[in-house]
Amino acid sequence: MRIAVAIDGSENALRAAKHSIYLVKHLPEAVLELIFVVDFDKVKDDYLLTQNKDSLVLEREKKIKPVLQEAEKDHIPTTVTILKGNPSQEIIRYVNNESIDQLILGSRGLNLFQEMMLGSVSHKVMKHVQCPVTIVK
Amino acid sequence: MNTLKQEWFGNIRADILAGMVVGLALIPEALAFAFIVGVDPRVALYASFTIAVIISFVGGRPGLISAATGAMALVLVNLMANHGLEYVLAATILTGIIQFFLGIFGVAKLMRFIPNSVMLGFVNALGIMIFMTQMPYLIGFNMMTYVFAIITLILVYVIPRFLKVIPAPLVAIVVMTTIALLADVKLQTIGDLGTMPNTLPTFFIPNIPITFETLKIIFPYALALSIVGLLESLLTSQVLDDMTDTESDKNKEARGQGIANFVNGFFGGMAGCALIGQSVINIKSGGRGRLSTFTAGIFLMFLIIVLGDTVQKIPMPVLVGVMIMVSMTTFNWGSFKFIKQAPKSESIVMITTVIIILYTQNLAIGVVIGVILSALMFVGKISQVKVIKEKSEYKVQGPLFFASTTKFIQYFRHIEEDRIVINFIDSHIWDESAVGAIIKVKQKLEEKGVQVRIVGLNSMSKQLYEQLR
Repeated sequence: MRIAVAIDGSENALRAAKHSIYLVKHLPEAVLELIFVVDFDKVKDDYLLTQNKDSLVLEREKKIKPVLQEAEKDHIPTTVTILKGNPSQEIIRYVNNESIDQLILGSRGLNLFQEMMLGSVSHKVMKHVQCPVTIVK
Repeated sequence: MNTLKQEWFGNIRADILAGMVVGLALIPEALAFAFIVGVDPRVALYASFTIAVIISFVGGRPGLISAATGAMALVLVNLMANHGLEYVLAATILTGIIQFFLGIFGVAKLMRFIPNSVMLGFVNALGIMIFMTQMPYLIGFNMMTYVFAIITLILVYVIPRFLKVIPAPLVAIVVMTTIALLADVKLQTIGDLGTMPNTLPTFFIPNIPITFETLKIIFPYALALSIVGLLESLLTSQVLDDMTDTESDKNKEARGQGIANFVNGFFGGMAGCALIGQSVINIKSGGRGRLSTFTAGIFLMFLIIVLGDTVQKIPMPVLVGVMIMVSMTTFNWGSFKFIKQAPKSESIVMITTVIIILYTQNLAIGVVIGVILSALMFVGKISQVKVIKEKSEYKVQGPLFFASTTKFIQYFRHIEEDRIVINFIDSHIWDESAVGAIIKVKQKLEEKGVQVRIVGLNSMSKQLYEQLR
């Protein structure tokens, strides 16, 4: 059984990741896959906010590392996939193409205005992926 | 040969579609940039067409969109106001020559000396300046001008939620122009400010006296244009490299920008460079290859010739609304967090760069001063030399070079032992003045009867020390 969790370095994503680790621990033969999407819309600004390419890559790894550490604590083998593009589209494509069995997401907790302007990734992903989705608050 | 084929025809369908999207999206910006400089829309539209088409052949980064830009427009404002269009074109040609040679001499290597604090200052000042240039078209008309600008601005932010394929500014422009025409609202239009071209650009030599006087006028502008253009183009290349996980030849891009501007000037276009926003739109729309940039240029010209009359009817406040969005996306909002979190010296460099650019209204001066300031601050930071005393051993901490020698010498003014060891294990001797300082300290102390032993020099320091002693 392939369990995937989408992370973005936020607290909510970390909570979702912890939940996914918990599930993998209790399910025999379950494997954990981390999905990290580099948002096309943020590349320019992120680039300007870091000194060079190497530090940019380092910044991204920093967002994944806490989750890997959590998984390591429980000796859970984990794969990391870094995708680039529109976060919801990329997550949907990956989950459907790779036939993931269970997707876990964190909720961003947007208010109504933010949701209208930014759109909720979890809402969109939920509608379009073919596997069961767990959204962690 | 295979890669060239790949760069052109590896992604035909998506490249053509993305190119068309960008070609459309380039039009409003080109118009706005023409108004910033104070030239006829033709000058910016021809530039966008010529640069995009030429750079698609000679650029170093497939998928990069180059055209008339706000940054270059802002540099040209004074030249246009004081000397006129012919000089703007001549400066564009000279910019091409400078950029081409900078590319040959490997200018891309210099990019790493430009710290991100300066780049941040650059984009933030650029955003603020683009915003300011829109105010004259917004303030002092009538109530409807504000209403149209604000509604347009709201539309460009809300539309992408529901419609992603067509860039929101275009949808907003079509909707708002239609409303203005149907409701017969009295607003200033693009047609009131200039005429749209209805022919392809033609070759001509700018009508300027070819004298040293002319060169004196255009050279400072050409130099500023070269710096600004390469800065934005190489930054955009890096962003696209990261988005597409591919590498690109930055010096080839610099040469390409040069060739494009050189030719562009002879076809009546104002200087341009890479557009970050449009390049990102291109990649997001699926564009990857040279064909996308080529299509963007061709499609833009096609649209202008076919739709020129319709474009004239676009109300200025609608264009202003779109440009305010452009200025807000140019501005890096993460900068506020950066000021709080980054080392103080970097925040100071960033803010200083912004202030200098806004004060001088010159992007290039701000960047140059920003780079110098950050270099000085770096020197200041690493010139902190400390000497720690352990019994009769003096341990030097920090590099020793021209900026840190004075402090080093001060430490050895009052020595009470008659025999000391100076340990350089945590230091590095960088230059002649460092060696000079060590010798001076040694001599002074020996005159007073103190025996001095130098230890712990690393091999490079030792070599220099032996050489210059």
